[in-house]
Amino acid sequence: MDQFLSILQATVEEGIAPTTAGVAIAVIGLNIHFGFTGLLNIGQAGFMLLGAYGMAITLTQGLPMLVAVLVGLGAAVLFAFLMGAPTLKLRGDYLAIVTISAAEILRYFGRLAALEPWTGGAQGIFGKNFQPAFIELSFFGGGRFDLLPFSYRDAGGTPVRVISLLLLVVVIAALVMLLTGARTSKGPLAGLASNRAVARWGSIGLGVLTFLLVFFTFPVSLPRTGTNGWWVRGVAWGLVALCLLFVWLLVRSPWGRALKGVREDEEAMRSLGKNVFVIKMQALVLGGMLGALGGMVYVLTSTVQADAMGRSLTFFAYTALLLGGAATIFGPVLGTVLFYSARILIRNAANAYVPDGWMSTQQTDQFSYIVVGVGLMLLVIFRPQGILGDKRELRFNV
Amino acid sequence: MSTTPTWARPRARGVTGLMALLSLLAGLLLLAAPTASASTTSTLCMPSDETGCISGTIGSRVDPVAGVTVTLLDENEAEVGSVTTGDDGKFSFSVDAAGTYYVLADPESLPDDREVLPPADDVAGPDDSTTVDATLGGTSAIVINVRSVDYQAGEASLGTQLIQASAQGLRLGLLLALASIGLSLIYGTTGLSNFAHAEQVTLGGMVGYGLCNVLGMNLWLGIVLTTLICALTGYAQDRVLWTPLRRRGLGLTQMMIVTIGLSLAAQYVFQFIVGGSTEKVVVENFSNVEIGPVSLTWLSLVAMGISLVVIGLVGFVLLRTRVGQATRAVSDNPALAAASGIDVDKIVRGVWTAAAGLAGLGGILYALTVSNGIRWDTGMQILLLLFAAVTLGGLGTAFGAFVGSIIIGLVVELAGPLGAPGDLKYAIALVILILLLLVRPQGLLGRAGRVG
Repeated sequence: MDQFLSILQATVEEGIAPTTAGVAIAVIGLNIHFGFTGLLNIGQAGFMLLGAYGMAITLTQGLPMLVAVLVGLGAAVLFAFLMGAPTLKLRGDYLAIVTISAAEILRYFGRLAALEPWTGGAQGIFGKNFQPAFIELSFFGGGRFDLLPFSYRDAGGTPVRVISLLLLVVVIAALVMLLTGARTSKGPLAGLASNRAVARWGSIGLGVLTFLLVFFTFPVSLPRTGTNGWWVRGVAWGLVALCLLFVWLLVRSPWGRALKGVREDEEAMRSLGKNVFVIKMQALVLGGMLGALGGMVYVLTSTVQADAMGRSLTFFAYTALLLGGAATIFGPVLGTVLFYSARILIRNAANAYVPDGWMSTQQTDQFSYIVVGVGLMLLVIFRPQGILGDKRELRFNV
Repeated sequence: MSTTPTWARPRARGVTGLMALLSLLAGLLLLAAPTASASTTSTLCMPSDETGCISGTIGSRVDPVAGVTVTLLDENEAEVGSVTTGDDGKFSFSVDAAGTYYVLADPESLPDDREVLPPADDVAGPDDSTTVDATLGGTSAIVINVRSVDYQAGEASLGTQLIQASAQGLRLGLLLALASIGLSLIYGTTGLSNFAHAEQVTLGGMVGYGLCNVLGMNLWLGIVLTTLICALTGYAQDRVLWTPLRRRGLGLTQMMIVTIGLSLAAQYVFQFIVGGSTEKVVVENFSNVEIGPVSLTWLSLVAMGISLVVIGLVGFVLLRTRVGQATRAVSDNPALAAASGIDVDKIVRGVWTAAAGLAGLGGILYALTVSNGIRWDTGMQILLLLFAAVTLGGLGTAFGAFVGSIIIGLVVELAGPLGAPGDLKYAIALVILILLLLVRPQGLLGRAGRVG
């Protein structure tokens, strides 16, 4: 049971880690590109790299946090303009090739020994050199938190945790049933969900309960990074919420409808007098800025290192996006959390329960990535709309 | 602490007696040295909370140098310990204090024809030692490079260097062409940008490694068999995966993401089976052939010959045979080709088979000549060069892919002598690609027309 709990804890820890939040923000940006506008950007990691380097280099020069964030975002805007200008008038695969190439060029520059005084070369910029500016902003104190008899660091022994685990499963199941009931008028809780007030307040209440249970059932600590876990995690997920709100407001605006119009039929948009190039460019810039913001959050607890934000990260972002559901509001976040925690779950479970003769510790890690790759293929083939998406919205071709 | 550091001895290459005497002296010095504050081990060092590790390799992972005496000095240049590298060229020290250390390879203990490459400026310590920062609870890794004594760094004139680089560029270009022609044909006939094509290249090297190195097969037989096996994977892939997906009417964007998933899965399957290290296809080294200022292994020349013949063959098939004509017809307009009685599915399957076979051949030759071994990410590293070559020549045109590959190969190899540091040579190829898209988006050999 203890082993099971520790696997579960590692899984949840990964799911709510600040790095996961960082990727989630980048995936929200990718959703603006790919999901809403139909732009095939396979260089999202390049935007993340720019944001991270922009912030970290500015901070190591001793400038304040706000300037650093602006520099990171500005770099992403510039990058988007540079990539978009030659390609957005061409067929979609040109954008794909240019974005992935440009992201690689950035990565090569980041690794360059000649730029070591700024970028740290292949080693990267260590966290201790840029994180203090962010940590100083903290008003969370020492990172402890108590609620009733439970303290954040120690929720009690195994029995308490098993009980709260079971409770968590029940609460999440109820939440899912309530939400599907409200959306499709089907399922065991459909009758309850037909009352809109009950559905709304019920889902909000259950959501808060899930949040509290996760945080107290799985005490998460960040001993390795030396940063205040609560502060970093709070800021990271707060930013995720802000980005979600931002995208939600954008997408239901006239501009959001124009985006979907470009995705569905460019010619029709053109004949309606819209400037398709400008709309695409705006989408590329906005999504790129979110990518840069995600990159900044991604490095808050670690090192800014070029190879950590390479092609694989972009591919993971696509997997997360398609898992959650492209062209949806919550899809990117759900997909990212599920993706990262599922990989850790697969790895640790294989580590614990598959005999070493079949798979060594290293091989379990590789096995988890094989599952990710095959999972991405199966997902696109059998459920291209992901968990939350609408199949009709994803018939497009770029 | 001993007063005469071992590295301060005069160079006496070839004087065996003196060397023996000196090694004896070195041994005595070591014995006489007070017990150092660090334990030394030539095997694995595991860091704990109180100790840190400094470990590294003499030479490179594919070409380690055994039996070299490596000395560790602390900040004040006092000797902490000394070990001799094992067969794998590895050494490691365990230290119990964090801080700056210097690592020194004793030039006398190297084989006669090797010498230590001076470390880069930023890590250079006194007397050609390498600086390393040790931390407790962690491992600091260093590599000390060696080179042949007759290697004359910087003495070759720029002209000679450029000629040598051009020859290497031609080699790289021809091998890239083997892979990129297939990529371009697949794009032309199906419209799919296949991101897993690079893994077909890696597969070629991996199969070659399995046949020639693990099973000990004859190299030439191995190359032929590798090509056939890889072609078979292309056939099977189209039969099991791509044809059904086309029948389902899956969009091209979605199919492209499927190739991304396949590429990801394949990379980790390679790692799962072979591991993360570089494996040589054949154990022996090949001697160099000098043609004027150009020096290449004879195998490189053979590989370039094979590429030329095979590419010529592909060109002949495309231009002069009915199958080739049908392929070009499908490339031009699949619907019209089908209406003219061409079995499009059959042609596409043939293209997949040929493309995978060519990529596999390119992969094993690349592993034999350019990268000197195969690793799970060998293909991934040239994927973008392949895409650059295909786009440069014109998406979907086989001959464009050939021209593009040669250009990209030359650019990558010439960038080094012309002043591009390190990995930036790959970046330059990609910059050229982006600039070309600005002025001529259809590529060099593509038909002018509206794209998008």
